[in-house]
Amino acid sequence: MRLELGNIDIREIRFAEKSEIKDGVLYVNQEEIVAKVLEDDLIREAHLDITVPGESVRITPVKDVIQPRVKVEGPGGMFPGVIAKVDTVGSGKTNVLRGMAVVTAGRIVGFQEGIIDMSGPGADYTPFSQLNNLVLVMEPKEGIKQHDYERAARLAGLKTAAFIGELAKNITPDETKVYETLTVKEGFEKYPDLPRIGYVLMLQTQGLLHDTYVYGVDAKQTLTTLISPTEIMDGAIISGNCVSACDKNTTYHHQNNPVIEDLFEAHGKTLNFVGVIITNENVYLADKMRSSDWSAKLAEYLSLDGVIVSQEGFGNPDTDLIMNCTKIEKKGIKTVIITDEYAGQDGKSQSLADADPLADAVVTGGNANEVIVLPPMEKIIGTLDFVNKIAGGHDGSLREDGSIEAEIQVITGSTNEMGFNKLSAR
Amino acid sequence: MKKFRVVHYINQFFAQIGGEEMAHVPPEKREGLVGPGLALKQQFGDEAEIVATVVCGDSYFGENTKQALEEVMAMIKEEKPDIFIAGPAFNAGRYGFAAATVTKAVKEELGIPAVTGMYEENPGVDVALKDVYIVATGNSAAGMRTAAPLMAKLALKLAKGEAIGASIEEGFLPNGIRKNFFDKERGSARAVSMLEKKLADKPFTTEYPMPNFDRVKPNPAVADITKTKVALVTSGGIVPKGNPDHIESSSASKFGEYDITGVDDLTAETFETAHGGYDPVYANDDADRVLPVDILREYEKAGKIGKLHHLYYSTVGNGTAVASAKKFAEEIAKRLLAEKVGAVILTST
Repeated sequence: MRLELGNIDIREIRFAEKSEIKDGVLYVNQEEIVAKVLEDDLIREAHLDITVPGESVRITPVKDVIQPRVKVEGPGGMFPGVIAKVDTVGSGKTNVLRGMAVVTAGRIVGFQEGIIDMSGPGADYTPFSQLNNLVLVMEPKEGIKQHDYERAARLAGLKTAAFIGELAKNITPDETKVYETLTVKEGFEKYPDLPRIGYVLMLQTQGLLHDTYVYGVDAKQTLTTLISPTEIMDGAIISGNCVSACDKNTTYHHQNNPVIEDLFEAHGKTLNFVGVIITNENVYLADKMRSSDWSAKLAEYLSLDGVIVSQEGFGNPDTDLIMNCTKIEKKGIKTVIITDEYAGQDGKSQSLADADPLADAVVTGGNANEVIVLPPMEKIIGTLDFVNKIAGGHDGSLREDGSIEAEIQVITGSTNEMGFNKLSAR
Repeated sequence: MKKFRVVHYINQFFAQIGGEEMAHVPPEKREGLVGPGLALKQQFGDEAEIVATVVCGDSYFGENTKQALEEVMAMIKEEKPDIFIAGPAFNAGRYGFAAATVTKAVKEELGIPAVTGMYEENPGVDVALKDVYIVATGNSAAGMRTAAPLMAKLALKLAKGEAIGASIEEGFLPNGIRKNFFDKERGSARAVSMLEKKLADKPFTTEYPMPNFDRVKPNPAVADITKTKVALVTSGGIVPKGNPDHIESSSASKFGEYDITGVDDLTAETFETAHGGYDPVYANDDADRVLPVDILREYEKAGKIGKLHHLYYSTVGNGTAVASAKKFAEEIAKRLLAEKVGAVILTST
């Protein structure tokens, strides 16, 4: 499966009469997008805002971050099974709006949303401070349940991103990159001497607002399976997650999965990147055992020599992580796992809820409990009403001057377990 | 600016008194720097000055530890130092033991920044790893050139009250205290390169060595539950409506103790969850789903259990450090024992 990604650099976002992309500037007609969002009668009110890297702006509570992309050639459309019809994506051509994202924000669940600071110390911890963001702030209809609102907000974000992506359909990319996954047979023939490497991508599926969707299917009701990495680039996996902000994989993280990018980078040189195994993180022991059995079985079936396992969330999924790791190791396949840590604010506690000596190669995204002080910002997009309540905050997190003392857990993407960031810990 | 006063501790060998044959010499104090103090001085520049060097034979210290430590401490105290440095001891075991012992004592008794340095396998490491910063050195004196500047730099930072970075940045041996830092490459690239090394059987360093876990053996079954007082304890965050103790939604710093005397059923009007790790709708709708007071009241009336304890304990087990959980549990257990509770139902989410 071969996919050509055409990157179009977006230098600036501006509100305008007509939604279009011209010379690296995205023009957005706010009314047009708001009207689309309000088609869902669970959403009472919506408006857009624009943020620029370096500004004194705080966005909170952040729900999801999505990169607008559009299929230019080849089957399927963006977010297949959710926005576009179900069809296998991942081949042909896709245009990507690089340097920007759609951020959904507003009062959603109250607990698990995050903070994006566009400047100051907090900005160093989130990759989204480096992007031009189109922020969609929503208010739900009174009295609706959290999970109904979550779904409405999720779809509104995807719809907005897909709409903006469409504007890039006929734009000539600034840079084009080609990604190709070979069949098993082709791989063996082309790279007989290179180690065969797979990627076990763990998807958060604990349920109760901790869900991920693959081609529109709730992944907690799936068995571990194979997917081409280019399908993921085309929006086959989306986030429906309200886990802690720091280590949830937003839709943007899936679209730009760094493990996939870095394995493609080494593909054909030092290793043969065979493919991706997606597996879930369910709460029942039987599910955990079955899913990790299948991860190991598929890794063996693909004749892999080595595997990178990435996690999402923490605590309960630590058991899935360790099961995946140990079962794959016991097949004689070497593993590296990517996780993050909850070592306490003083860094003195054990970092994971499960452990095994076979997990001898660990990459960490850092200790999510480490405390940071975020200075006040001139402009708040969304509301500060939940700062004391979100995971990583505490009563008194929000100080009178508008500064926030909290764990880095509150910052969207700060300890990402796909290895998106440079943050680590020792 | 005032220069920091530094006292340096070295053994008889580095003071050029002699090797093993002179290891019995008792402590002595010399003015200014001696031997390896020169390498420290270069790093200190104008900011600090070695005012005295305490020298002690390794065997003397090892064989008369209590007395030797007293003598050495007296000499150090006299100098009223701002900073104390011992070694580096490299892989010399008895020297490492002495350096670690003195460094720990200085930090604890004098409350001043105290740093030592040695090879990771030096037995001295176990003496003070959790107590003081031990700079990682090579296993022989050839490592002086890299070790001395790291030790001096770290000591200066401590003296100035500057933030100390992660072990890998500062050069000290990992002491089990996890500290964040920004690495050169992103995590995914680090994972790919770690996997390539592992596949090629080349040495690699895990970023998180697996911890040893406590395993708790279950108690024997309760002899007669119909005569036993049963208590409810939950990490599912069930609290009286309004969360009066402000228990955090994640990384809880406290637990709550709540009276359920006369409560037969938890309702949406009276109880809710403070937990941030799951969809609260169903727990808020009927908190008995997480904390089964209703069923236990029925059991109590039917004589299936002796009694439901009138207090329950609640915290949030979401991103909460194990050390915090342990602390809560110790206190909760104490209170339960005092109230003669014979069995506990622990509910999580």
